Amino acid sequence: MEAARQPLGLRATGKTRRRLAKSRAVDVLATLAAAGAVAVLGWVVISVLLKGLSALDWGFFTQNAPTFNPTGTTSGGGIANAIVGTAIMVGIATVMALPFGVLVAIYVSEFSRPAFARAVRLALDVLNGIPSIVIGICVFVLLVKGTGYSGYSGAFALAIIMVPLIARATMEVLELVPASLREASFALGVSKWRTVLKVLMPTVFGGILTGATLAVARAAGETAPMIFTNLVYQNKVSTDPSQALASIPLTIFNYSESFDTHLNDQAWAAAFVLMSFVLISSLTARALLMRSQRKLRGR
Amino acid sequence: MEASSIQASGKPLESRRRIVDKFGDKVFAGITGLAAAGGIALIGIIVYETVEGAWPAMQEFGLSFIWGRTWDVGKETFGALPFIWGTLYTSIGALLIAGPISIAIGLYLAELAPSAVRGIVGSLVEMLAAIPSVVLGLWGILVLGPIVQNNIGGPIHSGLGWLPFFGSKPTTAGLFSAVLILTIMITPITASISRELFTQVPSDIKEGAIGLGLTRWEMMKGVMLPYTRGGLIAALLLGGGRAVGEAIAVTQVIGITTHGLSVDLFQTGDTLGSRIASQFPGASSDLQKSSLFYLGVILLFMSLVTNIVAQIIVRRYSIDRRA
Repeated sequence: MEAARQPLGLRATGKTRRRLAKSRAVDVLATLAAAGAVAVLGWVVISVLLKGLSALDWGFFTQNAPTFNPTGTTSGGGIANAIVGTAIMVGIATVMALPFGVLVAIYVSEFSRPAFARAVRLALDVLNGIPSIVIGICVFVLLVKGTGYSGYSGAFALAIIMVPLIARATMEVLELVPASLREASFALGVSKWRTVLKVLMPTVFGGILTGATLAVARAAGETAPMIFTNLVYQNKVSTDPSQALASIPLTIFNYSESFDTHLNDQAWAAAFVLMSFVLISSLTARALLMRSQRKLRGR
Repeated sequence: MEASSIQASGKPLESRRRIVDKFGDKVFAGITGLAAAGGIALIGIIVYETVEGAWPAMQEFGLSFIWGRTWDVGKETFGALPFIWGTLYTSIGALLIAGPISIAIGLYLAELAPSAVRGIVGSLVEMLAAIPSVVLGLWGILVLGPIVQNNIGGPIHSGLGWLPFFGSKPTTAGLFSAVLILTIMITPITASISRELFTQVPSDIKEGAIGLGLTRWEMMKGVMLPYTRGGLIAALLLGGGRAVGEAIAVTQVIGITTHGLSVDLFQTGDTLGSRIASQFPGASSDLQKSSLFYLGVILLFMSLVTNIVAQIIVRRYSIDRRA
């Protein structure tokens, strides 16, 4: 009776209206959540930009840490040795992790039986989830305990962090290579190993490069392994990886809790250098990855 | 003569190539196979070496280390319980905030966002995960810390100070800041996995729900969330695993002293990772170092369990859905 008296219309009334209102409220909340995440990113990036840039000067790139001043705050100084140290350690780590990760990926996607391939994938994903501080402890016990801090041990720890990233990225692009490409090579009588090296590798080169770039970006920012492998180093630019080397993340870590406000400023400037490197390289890698995936898919 | 010399020079060449290829395949498969086995072995090496480092403390304290409440460097008595508590408390706190926010972001990116902003917002959220933890920690102590102390913590403390969670007067460092920083660190991870899960929901069942007259939210609640439940749990586990293992940023914002098994968010505290990172540089005795490594073993165990469980769920999930 009630319903019959009401004119039929498309305008929501009563309960429907409440349901629609609730749905819209959820839309707004979800949008706010996404906006909030972007806002936090913006907040962090802008804080680092503003505080970092104001503390930057040319000497920051050419000088080493300011000497301790017992009567007040320090002044001047820079992170030249930390930039060199991080570059050397990340470079050596890449030389170790890149071939290893690519070989793992080749075996898993070209040679392995499915069960073993699944096991390796699981192992790599679990390895990627192991806290870097534990990797630092492992390398300390393995390499540092007997012989002391060194750039090599830091690079080794970073390499362990990079391997799963590089291997997984390489696997992903190898899986995108169409089977017809391999079949064409086999049909011409080319053996499997030549096919992998001469046909597949050039095809997925871009993908491997982007995977490696992402891994480098991640490794450059790792602090925890440095605490266990390069905790105490000389305050001078050193290029000898058999000695302990300074690193940008550990410098930020040490300065961030200092009561010396000048060192806080130095930490911001170092964070600016590190974050610029990490964000620019991972942005570039992402753009390249999308391009190379599109190229492979469109083939 | 001539024919045979051609044969003689041709035959070895071809067979040489055949031999090279025959061995080449075997050698190449062998080398790559060794690398793959090495990838699995790496986990074993990490477990072995960490336990080796912790061995003296394991022999000294045994399993009672896990529920020991004292960490006294002078008396060389060490126990892990306050740090296990701090780790679980901050990680679960961060998950409670990050969980709903990540699922909301996932829903936004999969369902609501206009296609023009979808990719941009998605990559921006993932950029948040690329910021090095030491930079986030620096921001946490110098920018977020004072805001927590004055603008967030102050009002909460004066309004809700009668609750045990907010009993202390807030300072720039403490468990509250640690929870916030961990939330920022794990949200991008859980959000991007949720987004992938939501985009896997087949459109026919979503359209079916809309066709039955459900509103968008009812469709999400009735179709998308149940369909992706297992995967969402795995996403939260992976986020939790990351929170448990994060050491550097937490060390920077959580303060210096621990107050045992306190629930007070405005007090300083310590997690497994932060205790290792803050005490290892100054550790003098071998037993203290070894005890710190024992904390590392506990941390490794926690992260292995959460990661393996989560990875297995994620795998079963995506294979099920693709089949």
